[in-house]
Amino acid sequence: MSRNGLVTASAAIVLALSAVDRAPAQDAVKIGLILPMTGQQASTGRQIDAAVRLYVQQNGANVAGKKVEVILKDDGAVPDNTKRLAQELIVNDKVAFIAGFGVTPAALAAAPLATQAKVPEVIMAAGTSIITERSPYIVRTSFTLPQSSVIIADWAVKNGIRKVVSIVSDYAPGIDSETSFKERFTAAGGQLVEAIRVPFQNPDFAPFLQRARDAQPDAIFVFVPSGQGGAFVKQFAERGLDKAGIKLIGPGDVTDDDLLNGMGDAVIGAVTAHLYSAAHPSDINKAFVAAFKKANAGMRPNFMAVGGYDGMHLIYAALKKTNGATEGDALVGAMKGMAWESPRGPISIDPETRDIVQNIYVRKVEKVGNELYNVEFATFEAVKDPAKAAKK
Amino acid sequence: MTLAAQVARQLAARARWRPLEIVFWLAALASIFLLPSRHLILTEIAILGLFALSLDLILGYAGILSLGHAAFFGLGAYAAGLLAKYGLVGEPVLALFAAGLGAAALGFVTSFLLLRGSDLTRLMVTLGIALILREIANRYDWLTGGADGLQGIVIGPVLGAFAFDIAGHVAYVYSLSVLFLAFLAARRLMNSPFGLSLRAIKGNSLRASAIGIGVDARLVAIYTIAAGYAGIAGALLTQTTQFASLDVFSFERSADVLLVLILGGTGYLYGGLIGAVVFKLVQDALIDVTAQYWQFWIGLVLVLIVLGGERVKRLAAAAGGRIARLVGRRPKLDAKAP
Repeated sequence: MSRNGLVTASAAIVLALSAVDRAPAQDAVKIGLILPMTGQQASTGRQIDAAVRLYVQQNGANVAGKKVEVILKDDGAVPDNTKRLAQELIVNDKVAFIAGFGVTPAALAAAPLATQAKVPEVIMAAGTSIITERSPYIVRTSFTLPQSSVIIADWAVKNGIRKVVSIVSDYAPGIDSETSFKERFTAAGGQLVEAIRVPFQNPDFAPFLQRARDAQPDAIFVFVPSGQGGAFVKQFAERGLDKAGIKLIGPGDVTDDDLLNGMGDAVIGAVTAHLYSAAHPSDINKAFVAAFKKANAGMRPNFMAVGGYDGMHLIYAALKKTNGATEGDALVGAMKGMAWESPRGPISIDPETRDIVQNIYVRKVEKVGNELYNVEFATFEAVKDPAKAAKK
Repeated sequence: MTLAAQVARQLAARARWRPLEIVFWLAALASIFLLPSRHLILTEIAILGLFALSLDLILGYAGILSLGHAAFFGLGAYAAGLLAKYGLVGEPVLALFAAGLGAAALGFVTSFLLLRGSDLTRLMVTLGIALILREIANRYDWLTGGADGLQGIVIGPVLGAFAFDIAGHVAYVYSLSVLFLAFLAARRLMNSPFGLSLRAIKGNSLRASAIGIGVDARLVAIYTIAAGYAGIAGALLTQTTQFASLDVFSFERSADVLLVLILGGTGYLYGGLIGAVVFKLVQDALIDVTAQYWQFWIGLVLVLIVLGGERVKRLAAAAGGRIARLVGRRPKLDAKAP
């Protein structure tokens, strides 16, 4: 194409765009689902997208006389993209909900829009405590990191672990989990010898693991975001930390069900506290896991999937309660205090903080048949976000 | 007629507005009124276009290849964000200038690193500078928010009168105006004797210095100006999204803008703008179709566009010629064979 041709062509494209202007349909309820479908956090997006589709397939696309339409957008976990996509979904597609949000920065970037447009923002993945405080329209169905970090600290102290090195990803959730673990663990007499932070993007764990090993702790407390656990455990074994008798503990993100099977035997015995295990022994969960695997070529659902599944349930239930009305205040009001039985166990939305209240399970990685699973052996019931409780 | 008068006349002829240029800007103006629901993506296109224009100044005119142009974009973005967050400069246009000046200062300082060495060295140096800045922004998280991004930016109304709205109308008119003014300035500059001397340097810098053009001073000048432009583009992004994250420094951003510029064509100022329009619209359409695999398709589409048109014809012609030659040769070989 010649240069002049290009100029004319692009002018024509701009004008032609007016023809494809989208008109909002009246009796559809649109849900804008913003997830990282590409890039490092793509596994989070894949899991949630699959769970959302499964929920719609199981429960039908009609709620309270309206047709639910999910619009999926990929933000690649880049918050600038998240913000623009959320804005477009709200302004152009007139969505009644924005949902998803693979990482904390993405959830925070969209928060001012939720407030400004009075559109409920359902957090299905991101786990930093402060997120729900950034907008009165944010409701969370995933988890907060302090929930599990505090529980694993209690467990560690009770089981004779005295000296710990922590390794966390250097961004808000990592710092959240480090802080809450440290507070609880040292208050109970434990000793945090070293607190190591590794880069959030493209991390190489080897040098940090070596440093941790040199400190000769009883255990390493680790938080890495969903999707990075495989690389961490591999290098953990390569550096021989498992053979040196150093235990692996932490929130369950590191022994993510999605990747667990590929981690190898080095991960057996890792003890984590978390909200969900695919091995959770309830009938609802067995049905959920079976349906999820069937619809996704055998992929095992992880805690992200369950966050997405429950997020959709919350949206459906809120719509039923408002009889299909889509005013943001009414929807958020309907969501507050809602309680139901999820594949992960009984959960509810705290009416004060709009954050999730759920059981936290202590689990150990074991071989069940030929597969690795997080097998739950202790339950802490109805855990609220400890970071918010501490502020009161 | 003297040589000076001849050159002046040629320059004046080059600077004349062509009908297609006028059509282009009228279309841009029309988009404000005809496409109110697409203003968000159009804002992004305008910002990307300005960023690509800035790269065109150094690549298309002075022949400086850069893989780290996001360094200046990012500096402008964070500068605008910090100025607004800490209430130092509340008015966006002033903040835009301040951010542009900051980026230009960085461009000036780092331009001296580019005076030595070939294209390959320049690629590495520019890439390195962007990586260093990204890491600085990551490290000093008390100031920049680190990997969580710069939160809590509130941008005041433009010129004290036009507040940014959620539908992005003000943001688009503002970005398009900035783009247009920046474009006018660049157009004037590139059609001046200075612009002409840059082309001479790009053509052959040794010969350019032999005829008395101060090569180094001109490269420093254009690199500084281009850095300022990139800084303004970055500041626009922060102001229109009220947010800045480490991604503004990312390698992908530098690579994308190079891609955009090559897509539209280098060395005629419109290349970056057209590339931005095509790139963003194709990307947006593909994400709508397949949120998971759009990167594959955009790669394919871009390869086809860049290879497309003339080149495909040339390749076909060359291949055809070769086949014809092979076919033509065969009887000769047969004849030689005993």
